[in-house]
Amino acid sequence: MNTNTPTATPLFEVRDLRVEHAAPGGQKLNAVNGVSLRLREGSILGVVGESGCGKSSLARAMLGLLPVAAGSLFYRGQELTTLASRRRRGTQRGIQHVFQDPANSLSPRRTIRQTLEEPLALYRMAGRDEWPGRIARVLEAVGLGSELLDRYPNELSGGQKQRIALARALLPDPDLIIADEPVSSLDVSAQARVIERIRHARKTFGTAFLLISHDLAVIRQLADDVSVMYLGRLVESGPADRVFAEPAHPYTQALLAAARGNGAPGSGLKGEPPSPLTPPPGCVFHTRCPRAMDRCSRLNPGFTVAAQDDCGAQTHLVRCHLWN
Amino acid sequence: MTARILTVRDLSVRLPAAGADLAVVDRVGFELAAGEIVALVGESGCGKTLTAAALLGIPPEPGGRLEIRTLKIAGREYSSLDERGWRNARGRDIALVSQDPLTALDPVIRTGTQLVSVLRRHGIHSRGEAAAKARELLGEVGLPDPAGMMRRFPHQLSGGMRQRVLIAMALSCDPAVVVADEPTTALDVTTQAEILHLLRTRARDRGTAILLVTHDLSLAARVCDRILVMYGGRIVEQGPAASLFESPAHPYTAGLMAAVPQLTGGDPPVVKPLPGQVPAPGHLPPGCGFNNRCPRADTICRKQEPELTTSNGAHLREVACHRPQRPGEPGNPS
Repeated sequence: MNTNTPTATPLFEVRDLRVEHAAPGGQKLNAVNGVSLRLREGSILGVVGESGCGKSSLARAMLGLLPVAAGSLFYRGQELTTLASRRRRGTQRGIQHVFQDPANSLSPRRTIRQTLEEPLALYRMAGRDEWPGRIARVLEAVGLGSELLDRYPNELSGGQKQRIALARALLPDPDLIIADEPVSSLDVSAQARVIERIRHARKTFGTAFLLISHDLAVIRQLADDVSVMYLGRLVESGPADRVFAEPAHPYTQALLAAARGNGAPGSGLKGEPPSPLTPPPGCVFHTRCPRAMDRCSRLNPGFTVAAQDDCGAQTHLVRCHLWN
Repeated sequence: MTARILTVRDLSVRLPAAGADLAVVDRVGFELAAGEIVALVGESGCGKTLTAAALLGIPPEPGGRLEIRTLKIAGREYSSLDERGWRNARGRDIALVSQDPLTALDPVIRTGTQLVSVLRRHGIHSRGEAAAKARELLGEVGLPDPAGMMRRFPHQLSGGMRQRVLIAMALSCDPAVVVADEPTTALDVTTQAEILHLLRTRARDRGTAILLVTHDLSLAARVCDRILVMYGGRIVEQGPAASLFESPAHPYTAGLMAAVPQLTGGDPPVVKPLPGQVPAPGHLPPGCGFNNRCPRADTICRKQEPELTTSNGAHLREVACHRPQRPGEPGNPS
């Protein structure tokens, strides 16, 4: 799966991104703190971490729904953060999204057909006479029949609604879909169906995905590359098969152990993540790290190469003093 | 064999429907032993949450009705208890930990006050004593600074902390049985592992029997001693977790397993969704309720409803299927 050679310009690049939220008492909270990512054309990048790690803020900043406090976003080499809003809107067709809760993302008062016609009208896609054909093609891709078109969202199951949300995201022929916890509100079989459809959409339309999930097994099913976030920072990133087979960061190791374990002691991490308002000094993970050393509480580690594949293209990076 | 703490026979939940009423949970029966953790698994709409509520004498709204032949908790019969009797029994003999701790806790009352009121309702009359017991319970479920926790409102706690408070509440009167309905679905994996550890420890140390309602079969297999699989309001397969996970006999169990994303060391198997949808209540096909989604269904499956019987002579395993999969058979539905 990781045989693509890197092109000179990635489809989407995040460089040293910082996203701030206002906190009570005039404080500022760094939800995303110096995160860099590269998304290759047609690839699936998984972003994983616990709640509050900043993964949703990252997604929203990439979509232009949250202001960027520092850093840059590049879409096909074009810097988005400095674009005038009118020109930024011009890039929106290419980057679509699917959010967690399908019940809230579909208008209850519109039929499925009306919901699916919306992006076609918004982006002035083709002539009106071509719409039914486009809608039928996308519906088929997400595994739903046209008999749903005249129904309302409340007549659909959660899994069907989420596949409609996926269909809506696919209609403007985007290069990239940002999917924030797209399956976490669904039960296993509905989840499996959405996973299958994301895989199918990538194959059929070449759409790239940024897949955000707290569920490592879901990321494992789909992602080519993985980035692990903790308290607003990236702690590890690399090709999915490498990160899952040989997780380098103690946090990634603990996440995997917790997900594979049976709840026996030692399989989980102690306590909960510290407040992002007052991140620990040094390595942000040191307060929960089973292998923390003296310097971890003083020095913030930089990225180190944990492993490199043969052609040196897909690098496995880790941010941990153990690797220095 | 350890003591039976919970015995359920022919438990049905009926909902009013056009003309007649409809059994959305249909003659379910099972047992829990002291200290045992048993999973009740199935897709949304299979009746698992209704079963969980029925064990606490709660019929579904509106107009739902329970029909229970036997419901024995620690030797006492509860099947004919009235609502007043249930109000005393809930929390004391059998307690519920629900999925969403934010809606289960009152947002405008401090955590401690809520916990204290539960304790006082069940016999600790002195406010001071109840408060001391509440602090002790919060400490037992692994919450740091129990006294400080008591003063906080639910929204000031993280999801994991709220779930611990609910568990403390459920355990407060030392019930014989705890029903936990998707207790970790809303939580992060790391918190999930801790909460499950907490439940296991409790079961082992105090002999509490725990029924864990979940749609996640892989979690059930990792944490539970036994698994009950529900479909269309009936138990279609049950048995020890390891054996059931190793060789599912019911095609539905096999299908559920194939739908769960795995986290193996190497390349995980690609998930396969079950074909079709869970039929709406009242729209189950005749014969075996699963026959319209089953890759193995044949004539008899469309005619006759299979009974839950010992499976392939395997020890402690039961399955309701005319065409069960044999161990070692590569028969996952695709």
